Amino acid sequence: MTGHLRATLRDIAVVAFAQSVAPDPGLSETEMLLPVLTDVLAQAGLAPGEADFTCSGSSDYLAGRPFSFTMTLDGVGAWPPVAESHVEADGAWALYEAWVKLLTGDADTALVYACGKPTAGDLEDVLTRQLDPCCTAPLWPGPAALAGLQAQALADAGGTVPPGPGSTVVDGAAAVVLAAGDRARAMCARPAWIHGIDHRIEPHALGVRDLTRSPSTRLAAERAGAFEAPVDTAELHASHPAQEVILRRELRLTDDVVVTPSGGAPAADPVMATGLIRIGEAADRIRRGESDRALAHATSGPCLQHNLVAVLEGERRP
Amino acid sequence: MSAVHAVHATHAVHKEPVAVVGIGQTKHAAARRDVSIAGLVREAARRALDDAELDWTDIEAVVLGKAPDFFEGVMMPELHLADALGAAGKPVLRVHTAGSVGGSTALVAANLVAARIHGTVLALAFEKQSESNAMWGLSLPVPFQPPLLAGAGGFFAPHVRAYIRRTGAPPGVGALVAYKDRRNALKNPYAHLHEHGITLEKVRSSPMLWDPVRYSETCPSSDGACAVVLTGRAGAARSPHPPAWLHGGAMRSEPTLFAGKDFVSPRAGRDCAADVYRQAGITDPRGEIDVAELYVPFSWYEPMWLENLGFAAEGEGWKLTESGATALDGDLPVNPSGGVLSTNPIGASGLIRFAEAALQVRGRAGEHQVDGVRRALGHAYGGGAQFFAMWLVGDRPPGG
Repeated sequence: MTGHLRATLRDIAVVAFAQSVAPDPGLSETEMLLPVLTDVLAQAGLAPGEADFTCSGSSDYLAGRPFSFTMTLDGVGAWPPVAESHVEADGAWALYEAWVKLLTGDADTALVYACGKPTAGDLEDVLTRQLDPCCTAPLWPGPAALAGLQAQALADAGGTVPPGPGSTVVDGAAAVVLAAGDRARAMCARPAWIHGIDHRIEPHALGVRDLTRSPSTRLAAERAGAFEAPVDTAELHASHPAQEVILRRELRLTDDVVVTPSGGAPAADPVMATGLIRIGEAADRIRRGESDRALAHATSGPCLQHNLVAVLEGERRP
Repeated sequence: MSAVHAVHATHAVHKEPVAVVGIGQTKHAAARRDVSIAGLVREAARRALDDAELDWTDIEAVVLGKAPDFFEGVMMPELHLADALGAAGKPVLRVHTAGSVGGSTALVAANLVAARIHGTVLALAFEKQSESNAMWGLSLPVPFQPPLLAGAGGFFAPHVRAYIRRTGAPPGVGALVAYKDRRNALKNPYAHLHEHGITLEKVRSSPMLWDPVRYSETCPSSDGACAVVLTGRAGAARSPHPPAWLHGGAMRSEPTLFAGKDFVSPRAGRDCAADVYRQAGITDPRGEIDVAELYVPFSWYEPMWLENLGFAAEGEGWKLTESGATALDGDLPVNPSGGVLSTNPIGASGLIRFAEAALQVRGRAGEHQVDGVRRALGHAYGGGAQFFAMWLVGDRPPGG
């Protein structure tokens, strides 16, 4: 089933990226998103509604109302109607859906966005609702408790967990424009070409997983082509220091790799946009000429249950 | 080889043809207290695998769709369902596009095959509405309006009244649709409602809920799941039963509310159908499509969608319904399965439409099979009549 990376049907690149900076907590998701969308579309030279495909990621449980994404569509300019989809997940998975759509040839450009307002509720409680509703959720273990379990498992296995900050939960939005082939070259001086993306999930129950390992990250990285050549940069979605230790090992990152130069989730963790931002930040390093081959990682679920890896490359310079 | 150095012409893309080779549904019911959410999705998935004569290890990726997480009170339930779906070590993608999500789920899964990312993919959608009160979950505040809504019917009934006023349709058309769909459901063992004693008079005299929509003209609230196995040419060649081939698929969205929005015949629906027909080479939907499974949660939406989808001219949809053309023995059967009016696990309802369309072209719809179906349309919509997903499937490969 999963032997070799298949050659993809066409070349697709990240050509634009924008994110919010410390939005006012009184703003709605749509209000938070609109300037970000305006920015990213201007970078790509696209008018609102002009992208061939639009895909977003968000969570009703952060917004506190069902169908919350229907309102953010107001910021897109979806008139005349647009080809559009939504994932109930981090925007990194929306980018994956859009990448697949572009691979089919049915679209040449895509707008991908994500937003989250985790400060609207108590995130420690809210995220417990992701857990198995029969066995784990009734115990209400929040992200801090789960981080403790993972750090302790690593320590028990003889690993060293460096002291460091956890994530800094903030509200936020992010957006990316993808384009295929010559459209990408026309939109961006140095596109961040997507060499490969893959994502894998693990069993949910904490007790059946070795919390010191992340086999889904390793497999996704293999399938995305991460190990075919060294990367110079890795943007990791790690919400506490133990996770970074685990991810560095699974991704075989050597000491010369620049890891999460953006600051990552410890600097700002707008939940549901954090993973998409990792891809955007890695792409920006390539677009600016600061990286030639970068890896971006996004995670979802308790203790790194579900992981996505994207490998981005810039054209070789003469 | 680095993808960076490959030079690809923008349009030199050859998609893999996509085939439906396995379909499974649960027995839908008001409350499936005998199973957990995991048990519900596994029942549908196992039946789809059995239909395709495949096993869990043959599935490379899972696409899971459902409507709001609040309906079950579990945030991102695909995380805890990974085990039940045999997905450990595989990609799981979770789609949520409101009521159209079941259709979107199938289309996202189809793209994974078309793009040659995966060979065989499981698309699954579910809702277990007995876990909460879906009616109030659907009673969203409409901006700038007094909070008078109770259930989706409260939102859609004014648009039905607008349709009647615009077209001059006689008041009894809605009851005809409900009577037809509830009788069709008697031939579908998976349908939620099996009203053996139903008569047209009973529909007409049922309590008024949201004028002009009566109790018997509205969808039930169901627990249920639907699963579809999608694959390419190689997988189709191994299929033990005839596959259904994807000839066209599209999604379209427009905002919930804006000045000039046509709630009776939303442009997103018309554009979505036009895209599907273009892909499938359909120029005369009425003449070239043999069966349609349309998302009709309130009876009057049948004539409304017949116009929106180009089966009838503007203002003429109710005449098609009234003539009997959309009955099981008519020349354009609509919802031979009994439709959303007989079964509505919201997140799964769109995928059930898509799956029933595929069953018809595969000749595997059982008692509600229509003779000689070559092309069938599956349709889903959601939100404030703003999200649309459709596919057209045929009994031959595209271009064949």
